[in-house]
Amino acid sequence: MVNELKEGWNVNQMAQKVARDIPDGSYVNLGIGIPEKVAAFVPEGREFIYHTENGLLGMGPVPAEGQEDPELINAGKKAVTAIPGACYFHHADSFTMIRGKHIDVCVLGALQVAENGDLANWSTGEPGAIPAVGGAMDLVAGVKTIYVITKHNTKTGEAKIVKNCSYPLTGKAVVNRIYTDLAILDVTEKGLKVIEMAPGLSFDYLQSVTEAHIFQ
Amino acid sequence: MINKIVTSVEEAVQDIFDGATVMISGFGEAGSPIELIHALIDQGAKNLTIVSNNTGSGEVGLAALIAHKRVKKMICSFPRTANSTVFPELYKKGEIELELVPQGTLAERIRAGGAGIPAFFTPTSVGTPLAEGKETRVFDELTYVMENAIKADFALVKALKADRYGNLVYNKTARNFGPIMCTAAKTAIVQAEQLVELGDIDPECVVTPGIFVKRVVKITNPAQESKLVAENRRYPW
Repeated sequence: MVNELKEGWNVNQMAQKVARDIPDGSYVNLGIGIPEKVAAFVPEGREFIYHTENGLLGMGPVPAEGQEDPELINAGKKAVTAIPGACYFHHADSFTMIRGKHIDVCVLGALQVAENGDLANWSTGEPGAIPAVGGAMDLVAGVKTIYVITKHNTKTGEAKIVKNCSYPLTGKAVVNRIYTDLAILDVTEKGLKVIEMAPGLSFDYLQSVTEAHIFQ
Repeated sequence: MINKIVTSVEEAVQDIFDGATVMISGFGEAGSPIELIHALIDQGAKNLTIVSNNTGSGEVGLAALIAHKRVKKMICSFPRTANSTVFPELYKKGEIELELVPQGTLAERIRAGGAGIPAFFTPTSVGTPLAEGKETRVFDELTYVMENAIKADFALVKALKADRYGNLVYNKTARNFGPIMCTAAKTAIVQAEQLVELGDIDPECVVTPGIFVKRVVKITNPAQESKLVAENRRYPW
C-alpha cells in the first residue's frame, strides 16, 4: 500500500482548513508548532482573538526583527506582539479562561488520537525521558472545541490515528475533529467519520492507511 | 511607618532557610527574578523545594541554583525547555526529585494556597497518569480529581513597579505566576525595576495589593537570561 501513498494536503492547506472551520468572534488558543500556522489563514471578514496561556489575550503576529521583547512571549516562549485591545493577566486567571470553558477553540498537535477522541500529545512514556506536560491537559479538559492538526501517520509509517492510544493520555475522549494531510475526521459516538478527503484519495485507500476504523 | 523596601538583594533573601519551600516566578525567562535567585545562591540555603513553571536555562538563574545542588525537589509543569540541561542531567542521575503538575493545576494550587483553600477538584488530568492515586469525585456526571493547595515559605518575584507598601505592577507576559505566588508565600520578596511614590500607581491599576508583599528591592536593569545563556555565562561569575 505504501507505493500508493498519495501526496495529500501540505501543512499550510491543513492550517487553512482549520481556520475555515473556526467561527467569527472565537477566542482561540493555538498550540505550539503546526497549530500556530492557523493564524495565517483567517478567512476574510472574520475576527479571532488569540489566547496564549502564559497570560495574554489578543496575541498578535511575530514582531519585526530587532523588535522582540523577552517579556512579551507566547506559550512556546517565542517573541510575539499584543494587538490593540489586548490584555495581560496572571496564570490563575489564564487557566480560569481555559478550565472555565471561556475559550472556544483550541488547536493542538498530537502523537496519537484514538477513535473515541482520546488524545496523547505530551509524552511517549519512554523510560528515563524527562516528563513535561505544560498546559495541554488543562486545555483539553476545558476548551469547548478541540481540533487536532497532525500528519496522518508518522514519518516511519506508524499510525497516529489509532484504535487505542499506547502513549500516556493527555485527556480522555476530548478531541472533536482531526485535520490530517489525508483527511478531516470528526469524532462521533459511532467512531471517526470522514468529513473530507485529500484530492484523489479513495475511502478504501484512506482506511488502508488508517489504524482506527473510519466510516463515511 | 510601613516601608517594605530593602536596600540589597542580600538583605532581601537573608532568612531563607535550609529545607524551605520557595516559589519562583517566571515562564521561561519572562518574569524570572534572576538577581534574587543569584543572591539566594550566594546566601547558601540548601535542600530547597522550588515551585516554578520551568527549571531554567544555561547555568544562570534557576538553572544555576539547581546546578549548585541547592534544590532537593522541583514542583513544575515543564522541566525541559530549550537550553535546559542542568535539571535533565541531575534528574537522570536520580539526584533531584520532580513533581510534575499540569500548568493550570499548578497555578490553581498556588492560588488556592494563597486563598485559604486546602484542596479543590479539577477536570484536568482525569484519566491520565498524572491523576493516578488521587481522589476523584463525580459532580453533575463528570469526574474530577482532587488537588492539594501549595503554600511556600518564600516567593521570589519579579515586577516592574513597586511602592513602599508593596503594591506591584508587572510587565506584559512577565506577570505570569508573580501575583499568585505573592499570595501563597509567607514571605514574598520582590525585585522591581522601578520604585515609585505612594499614589503613583493608580489604585485601579494595582495588580498585586501590597498586603501580599513583605520585601521589595530595586533592580534597575535586570539581567536578561537568554543573553547570559547566549554568552555562555555561568553564575557565580
